[in-house]
Amino acid sequence: MSRELLYLLIPLSCLVAALVAGFLGSRIGRVNAHRAAIGGVGLAFALSCVVAWDVFAGNHFNGTIYTWAISGGTHFVIGFLIDPLSAVMMVIVTFVSLMVHIYTIGYMAEDPGYTRFFSYIALFTFAMLMLVMSNNFLQLFFGWEAVGLVSYLLIGFWYERDSAIRANMKAFLVNRVGDFGFILGIGAVLALFGSLDYQSVFDAAPALADRTTQGPFGSEWHWLTLICLLLFVGAMGKSAQVPLHVWLPDSMEGPTPISALIHAATMVTAGIFLVARMSPLFELSLTALSVVLIVGALTALLMAFVALIQTDIKRVVAYSTLSQLGYMTVALGASAYSVAIFHLATHAFFKALLFLAAGSVIIAMHHEQDMRRMGGLRKVMPVTYVTCVIGSLALAGIPPFAGFFSKDAIIEAVHYSATPGAGFAYVAVLIGVILTAFYSFRLVFMTFHGEGRMDSKTRAHLHESPKVVTFPLIALAVPSVLAGLLFINVTMDGSLFGNSIVPGGVPGDIDMTAGGMLAHAPFAAPFWLAILGIAGAWVCYLWKPELPGKVAQQWGGLYRVLEKKYGFDEFYQRVFADGARGLGDVLSEWGDRRLIDGWLVNGAARVVVRTASLVRHVQSGLVYHYAFVMIIGLVALMSWFLFR
Amino acid sequence: MTFLQMIFYVFAAILVVSSLLVVTVRNPVRAALFLVLAFFSAACLWLTLEAEFLAITLVLVYVGAVMVLFLFVIMMLDIDIAQMRAGFANYLPLGLIVAIIMAGELTLVMLSGEFGDAELPRPAGHSADYSNTAALGRLVYTDYVYTFELAAVILLVAIIAAISLTLRRRPETRYQAPEEQVKVRKKDRLRIVKLPRRPEKRP
Amino acid sequence: MIPLSHYLIVGALLFAISVVGIFLNRKNLVIILMAIELLLLAANMNFVAFSHYLGNLSGQVFVFFVLTVAAAEAAIGLAILIVLFRTRRSINVQDLDHLKG
Repeated sequence: MSRELLYLLIPLSCLVAALVAGFLGSRIGRVNAHRAAIGGVGLAFALSCVVAWDVFAGNHFNGTIYTWAISGGTHFVIGFLIDPLSAVMMVIVTFVSLMVHIYTIGYMAEDPGYTRFFSYIALFTFAMLMLVMSNNFLQLFFGWEAVGLVSYLLIGFWYERDSAIRANMKAFLVNRVGDFGFILGIGAVLALFGSLDYQSVFDAAPALADRTTQGPFGSEWHWLTLICLLLFVGAMGKSAQVPLHVWLPDSMEGPTPISALIHAATMVTAGIFLVARMSPLFELSLTALSVVLIVGALTALLMAFVALIQTDIKRVVAYSTLSQLGYMTVALGASAYSVAIFHLATHAFFKALLFLAAGSVIIAMHHEQDMRRMGGLRKVMPVTYVTCVIGSLALAGIPPFAGFFSKDAIIEAVHYSATPGAGFAYVAVLIGVILTAFYSFRLVFMTFHGEGRMDSKTRAHLHESPKVVTFPLIALAVPSVLAGLLFINVTMDGSLFGNSIVPGGVPGDIDMTAGGMLAHAPFAAPFWLAILGIAGAWVCYLWKPELPGKVAQQWGGLYRVLEKKYGFDEFYQRVFADGARGLGDVLSEWGDRRLIDGWLVNGAARVVVRTASLVRHVQSGLVYHYAFVMIIGLVALMSWFLFR
Repeated sequence: MTFLQMIFYVFAAILVVSSLLVVTVRNPVRAALFLVLAFFSAACLWLTLEAEFLAITLVLVYVGAVMVLFLFVIMMLDIDIAQMRAGFANYLPLGLIVAIIMAGELTLVMLSGEFGDAELPRPAGHSADYSNTAALGRLVYTDYVYTFELAAVILLVAIIAAISLTLRRRPETRYQAPEEQVKVRKKDRLRIVKLPRRPEKRP
Repeated sequence: MIPLSHYLIVGALLFAISVVGIFLNRKNLVIILMAIELLLLAANMNFVAFSHYLGNLSGQVFVFFVLTVAAAEAAIGLAILIVLFRTRRSINVQDLDHLKG
């Protein structure tokens, strides 16, 4: 089998699975629909593993599969760039997707939209694979928009719910802001380089690093800074960075498997992947890197604070996702691209795990999501409890779980970064560590420990989830434990990603091997901060449960700010939504109804009617009047010829 | 004043006066007759310009044919002259203004010095054996032959148009159809009917 | 001798008179037709005069054609007049206001 065919088969098997489940779902039945979807995605996963093995054996690929348009010398192609970065992404995407597919059998068993759901997630896998495998900007944009579309469809999966419709509209609109920047960036790339192919753009970039262009108000802009910032706006939308993060918490309206797959593990990391892929460009613009770093640090810090007070179990995980995305962005800003991708990978595993565990809890609680009505679940749901604790430990960064290595590598990278804003980012990520540990164990303690606060009817029905749900939890728990330990060495010495990402970000004089990091951990701040966070959560929610309420009263102002999530939503609602509606009202009333309809359309008609009613008197119908007019006209013409 | 000049001025005066009368007299028959006079004097003026053929044609065609047609029509139609004359002078001021402006402007052009004796002197007359008709005929049948044919077609069209416009079928009028009469056969007209014998009376 | 301008002035006077005639006899179609004949005569007068003074017979050929067209026009005009009279029992132009807007 030729390589092109192999690569082509990976996304196409998912697409075929999506089409079969979507269009034939009602005919072939629920079981066959999920068999088709899981079969397609499973095949994609298996082939991705083959490809990954092949890539790490040194066989990279960069080529065009199909040219679908040529316009003015620009080729628009379907092409694949298969290198370590895309191979890693493919494996993560297909693995998490496969797990979510299996989990969905249990989670969505009762749902009438069962086959539709499988069709969507298989389609999503296809789109995401097209995104990560692309070798050009246009295909990247295609995948980018396609995952956005599927995300929209899935957030609004329960379309009877008003809140779901609002949430998916919000996600769509906010993403549109990001995508607008993104496509402007692609346009700028085309304008500067005349090509959409990654390799030719990267090859040409260093020579054009000093090229400037005229900005508004006579300002000078470096082309590359402009391109990087615009592309990063796209990444901010998709990866939910402040201030375009508002859609992600609301996206939890979708089914939990979706929150795991799309809004935690894979799609939201597309922005991180994008910046890592564009690392040869970002390396050339310190300004852009600085912006990336500061935006990431703000996201990491602010969203971690909001996570502290959330009571909905899924929203806690959602805000932790936002915060962790901030960490990845910080790593990008510190030029530690491989570290960012490494955190992306470990995060994909343990965050999917946490979401699925949360989903498992939600099933057991009969779709109750409020943690204040949970508690003591560890006795009835041992598998969920253990896997959830593993996920939380990984999230909190306790060695030797996966999150420890990736997060510690980020903190070290920021510590030694020379990018402007690194000092602030360092403080932010250190505070983030303690907050992360606190809120993740707050979730664990409130849900699984203490007294059960649910009503008696629910309590009577509590039980561990079926095997089809627990299997993915276990399967995800394994990499959540081991991924860091196994891959930290190859990531840090640069052998994993090779030249697919610009190396750098971590100083060479620190021992960044697995053994070295483990040995160093007890003497470094992050470890103790994480322990402190866990201890704090234990104090607040198990030892002295009345403490949080007191603190909230003491710091009422701050609490309200967090409760309102810094007022981003209100601000956007007031300024953009209401503003746009107001503008629309004004334009519709004055522009459309009065100006266009009233003056132009009806006005033109009125003018014609009035003129006609005046002019019709000229048409007396008497032939001699016409003759007179002809004669007088003749005289006038004659006079004109004579006297002109 | 030479003889030619005298003829010119006399006939020019008759022409102007008679054409004035054409448009002012009450009776249309008289107007037609004054028009005849006007055409006749115009023909005389053309003779002074050595356009003999056209002068004769004008008399023959206009006076002989067109004007007779006019007279026919006038007499055929029952025209209410009184009604026609009502408000006769209503548009006179406007008409006069237009006419005076027009005549004034034209005269201004004529007397501007472009058309005086000095600029365009009257050419010497042709010799006695010169035939205007022959010269015109030569031109019409050579250079203007297609136009001439076209003129003939226009006349044909005018004939057909005039006939078709005025022709009317009267449904109440009975016509003979000779072609039908000629084609008639015995069986069309004759029918032999067998009559039953009269029943005998019973005693 | 008679200058060209005198002939032209005769033509101009004829033209002006017929224009006045159209204005005066606006109700009587027959007289209007006669006035139009006079208009054409005025034009012909100029043609003939120029033809003579410029020594070019083409002007006379033109008059020839104008006469032809004028005769055709008179014939058709009178035919229309007759049809009109037949249908409306009048040739009063005042009655012909079907084109009224």
